[in-house]
Amino acid sequence: MTTPEPLLAVRELSVVFDTRDTALLALDHVSFDIRAGEILGVVGESGAGKSLTGTAIIGLLDAPGRISGGEILLDGQRIDNLPPEAMRALRGRCIGAIFQDPLTSLHPMLTIGDQLIETIRVHLPLDQVAARRRALDLLHQVGIPGAETRIDHYPHQFSGGMRQRVVIALALAGEPKLIIADEPTTALDVSIQAQITTLLKGLCRDHGASVMLVTHDMGVIAETADRVAVMYAGRIIEMGPVQAVTRAPRHPYTRGLMASIPSMQVRSSTLHQIEGSMPRLNAIPAGCAFNPRCEWASARCRTEKPMLEAGAHGVACWHPVGGSAHG
Amino acid sequence: MLAFLVKRLLNAAGVMLAVAFLAFMIFRFVGDPVELMLNEQASQAQRDELRVRLGLDRSVLVQFGTFVLNAIRGDFGISYRNQQEVFTLIVERFPATFELVLVATFLSLAIGIPLGVYSAIRRRSFAAQAIQFVSVLGVSLPSFALGILFILLFSVTLQWLPAFGRGETVALGWWTTGLLTPSGRLALILPGITLSLFQITLVMRLVRAEMLETMRTEFIRFARARGLPDHAIHFRHALRNCLMPVITVTGLQIGNLIAFALVTETVFQWPGMGLLFVQAVTFVDIPVMAAYLIIVSFIFVTLNTLVDLTYALVDPRLRQDAMAGGAHGR
Ligand SMILES: Nc1ncnc2c1ncn2[C@@H]1O[C@H](COP(=O)(O)OP(=O)(O)O)[C@@H](O)[C@H]1O
Ligand SMILES: [Mg+2]
Repeated sequence: MTTPEPLLAVRELSVVFDTRDTALLALDHVSFDIRAGEILGVVGESGAGKSLTGTAIIGLLDAPGRISGGEILLDGQRIDNLPPEAMRALRGRCIGAIFQDPLTSLHPMLTIGDQLIETIRVHLPLDQVAARRRALDLLHQVGIPGAETRIDHYPHQFSGGMRQRVVIALALAGEPKLIIADEPTTALDVSIQAQITTLLKGLCRDHGASVMLVTHDMGVIAETADRVAVMYAGRIIEMGPVQAVTRAPRHPYTRGLMASIPSMQVRSSTLHQIEGSMPRLNAIPAGCAFNPRCEWASARCRTEKPMLEAGAHGVACWHPVGGSAHG
Repeated sequence: MLAFLVKRLLNAAGVMLAVAFLAFMIFRFVGDPVELMLNEQASQAQRDELRVRLGLDRSVLVQFGTFVLNAIRGDFGISYRNQQEVFTLIVERFPATFELVLVATFLSLAIGIPLGVYSAIRRRSFAAQAIQFVSVLGVSLPSFALGILFILLFSVTLQWLPAFGRGETVALGWWTTGLLTPSGRLALILPGITLSLFQITLVMRLVRAEMLETMRTEFIRFARARGLPDHAIHFRHALRNCLMPVITVTGLQIGNLIAFALVTETVFQWPGMGLLFVQAVTFVDIPVMAAYLIIVSFIFVTLNTLVDLTYALVDPRLRQDAMAGGAHGR
């Protein structure tokens, strides 16, 4: 089996926040690939570092945060050390982004047409008329009814779901090959979350774009993603095909994550919340960061940090569920 | 929108009535108008006759009513000092003050906005820090001291600019302008800068604060994520979001500038309303003082109302009524 070069390759990515006396490690040697056309789900509790990973990839990390190690490659080219202007040209053109809150993602004083046309013309060599035509086309694609009149409306004239459709249109405006969608449905009404997820998935398939789909909803991941990465305290602790990870999670944390979602009941005897909460950046335990919350934790877990195994379904655990302890 | 308009107008009328009452009280009770208008040798008969002629024998309420009605017609009585109609006197002086305020406002926006944007987007640069420091100085220095300093430097020592007066003016109907003659324009520079300095720092700090806040919003983050170039982000997206408070403050400050022009006009012997008022105070010319109070308040209130209405026009979210039914405004 030949492995074609992945579209995005994140290698040993570390991000720190500089404070007055120390640098807090927020991402700790994160590595993953996204292949062309693939949807990678990223899950984990709030504060796990999901958004930070996306922010680092699109090069929008602001001080005091900075990349302290590792590399990010897009189509085999390093993009983590590009000069600001080159990185800017890449954003929107090669990597698109969708953020959590459609209510605040759009400029309140510009019509959605203005915002679309501006974005299109930054990336594509089109004149005003052609850009407007493309903007209309995008609005049709994301399912805005009456796009011909709606294009001249301001964001406040749209509902939350409609605004997120506009945001998706904006993210697709430059025909990027990769979309980073950071909890694109979390802020929306439950009744329209599925619609938006389906829309996003369909559009990315049509445009041939890969997606890094950040969410804390395992249900969404199960329906949408090809592979899934589970993050905990700034590290990926389990990664594999979505079927394998949801049906047979190997990390105790992933298991807990599945068990805490009623619709995802794995063959676990009890449906339980994971006890405790994720550590703060300045109090990440030695060894496996999950050890204080883990019922299988041993002495080794408290001192030695487990590394993520290579392979299709890897786990970073000394005592993975279903055996085959590594190390 | 209509209800809003009516409410604002009623509001404005209420404020004006209160001001008129204050002015009336000054007019009526600060010194006896009869004593002030006649000389010492006037007989009691003459005094009584004038009292009746001025309507001072009637009830206070009737007098106030008459005062308000007259004021609406622009009749503020006769100046004690030079026996001219007060309204004409003030209207003659208005263009001088207005042009001074206009120049100061223009300077404050033309200088304040770019400095504010710069010090926000290059927050950590040396120049931005220096601008911040100088702006603190600008706020704490009283404008009359600065005016005198300017006169010393640019008029007395360097002899570049005139120290006082309006220079040559051109009459356009009842309006006189100094903007059309070289000497008129030169004469505007020093007083204009003096009057605008505080305003420049105000605009600059406002723009800076608003820009810093806007740059942290999600829609700016999303604009950056779409790869829009910096100039578009700073000027098209971020600055646009800051303009409303700037419009509001600038509009409201025009009233303040007209009031504060008094000091600048005194320093530069600028023949505006403020100087007229200062002279009126020296001569206890009560009608002029009362009229100045009312007219300046009127300008204040009018601007306030206009700013509110502009606000409603600029912000699409406040335009909702007009947009209902999918009609695209303007
Ligand atoms: N500007 C910042 N300064 C310090 N810490 C930050 C900052 N932004 C994020 N963090 C920390 O980085 C960690 C990861 O955050 P994030 O990526 O937003 O988590 P999530 O998985 O919920 O998206 C969290 O512990 C958060 O507290
Ligand atoms: Mg997040």
